[in-house]
Amino acid sequence: MDFGILQQYGPMLLRGFGNTVLCWALGTIFAMALGLLIALVQRYAARWVRWIIQAYIEIIRGTPFLVQLFVLYYGGPLIGLRLDAVPAGLLGLTIYGSPYFAEIFRSGFRAVPVGQIEAARAIGMAELTIVRRILLPLGLVSALPALVNFSIILTKETVILSIITVPELMYQVQRMSTETFRYLEANLVLALFFWALVETISRLGRRLERRITRHLLTERT
Amino acid sequence: MQASQVEIRKVNKFYGPFQALKNVDLTIPPGKVTCLIGPSGSGKSTLLRCINFLEEYDAGEVRIDGQLIGYDAPGRKMSGRKLREMRRSIGMVFQQFNLWPHMTALENVAEGLIRVRGLSKRDAQARAEDALRKVGLGDKMANHPSRLSGGQQQRVAIARAIAMEPRLMLFDEPTSALDPELVGEVLTVMKTLAAEGMTMVVVTHEMGFAAHVADQVAFMDAGELIAAGDPASILHQPQDARIQSFLRTYHERNSF
Ligand SMILES: Nc1ncnc2c1ncn2[C@@H]1O[C@H](COP(=O)(O)OP(=O)(O)OP(=O)(O)O)[C@@H](O)[C@H]1O
Ligand SMILES: [Mg+2]
Repeated sequence: MDFGILQQYGPMLLRGFGNTVLCWALGTIFAMALGLLIALVQRYAARWVRWIIQAYIEIIRGTPFLVQLFVLYYGGPLIGLRLDAVPAGLLGLTIYGSPYFAEIFRSGFRAVPVGQIEAARAIGMAELTIVRRILLPLGLVSALPALVNFSIILTKETVILSIITVPELMYQVQRMSTETFRYLEANLVLALFFWALVETISRLGRRLERRITRHLLTERT
Repeated sequence: MQASQVEIRKVNKFYGPFQALKNVDLTIPPGKVTCLIGPSGSGKSTLLRCINFLEEYDAGEVRIDGQLIGYDAPGRKMSGRKLREMRRSIGMVFQQFNLWPHMTALENVAEGLIRVRGLSKRDAQARAEDALRKVGLGDKMANHPSRLSGGQQQRVAIARAIAMEPRLMLFDEPTSALDPELVGEVLTVMKTLAAEGMTMVVVTHEMGFAAHVADQVAFMDAGELIAAGDPASILHQPQDARIQSFLRTYHERNSF
């Protein structure tokens, strides 16, 4: 093995990693937001709306991300959706992640005891206020570990963006590999970067969890 | 204090094919305490929850001070806004307390004042403090529910309800989830409310409370309201065989 080559390719890999983190962060935020919206609509909307959304969930969860991205990037222009690689990648991540996040939020909401919602209804609180003040804060607490977990899974899905030429880490690693034939070194560097990212996220997640469950841990009844 | 009157007329409630309430008739007089008793599964909670329309009844009428709750006219549901308006004057206390665990005692009580009554944070806090002091929790206001005993949690729940200045209070087995030594502190608070002339409907297994505090006792069995009257007539000279057998079981369970 020869890691000397990194001197030459280091800056490029670093830039790639920066793009990876950026794509992951934005994609995760968008996917989470869409997932939250889906979960709320699923909870309150009319039956036929729920049915359509359920179909969306099944389709997205039932197909590989790679395929979805191909369809979006190469099929999009056919219906007038012409996107550059990065926006297409972000939209792809958003669509791909949203049903999983929606399910996580849904089960988080289900973990909120009905009685605590009824207590709010009984004093005449409006449904939207209940969502904001009771359902969301309590649902998020139960959903947090699963949210962090799926966000971690999403870090590794970003490598797929390389196939539509998003200049993230995998893309740069492949470039370096084909130019230098240092496949092993390049991929080990990639693994190291991802491990560092995942480790950081999971530490932050645990810290956040400790913070927001401070008051709930010793709950009785 | 203004106190509401509740009229329940021919109320029926179905869960699928199962009929949980059968033509229930009951008048709850203003400023009085009505205790609902009866065996498990007889429909006490269901009836209580029909009064603030947490449970939708299928036929009949529930009127609060003459106003039908839940429906504009028979068969036509009332708007959410109107229902919320009516619920503002009805307090409810649950068996499981149902405090919001992410808020302190004070925040639990102030929440409705701010979000429902539209009070400023400052006014809401002042009123919440008054309510908490009234239930004897002046020194626990900053505690989260997880740092309160069951009895204290239930008293916060009562404070949360009375801070809204209701004209009617509904209690669903408020002491059933409590250790025996904590029951007294909650009942004491309820007696204070009763003495102030609050209309109260209390589902309870505390026969002592029913006998000493209630102005009216109503007995339910299998979805029917069997009898209602003053405590003595229901608890001491019951005419109906079902009440006699219920009381016998109760006495047997509580003797040793
Ligand atoms: N959501 C529901 N779906 C179906 N059946 C229900 C539902 N809620 C209550 N029931 C049934 O209706 C009947 C009356 O229930 P309810 O909770 O009012 O009884 P209760 O008198 O309060 O009993 P307990 O003393 O045990 O609290 C019971 O047979 C119960 O199984
Ligand atoms: Mg009950």
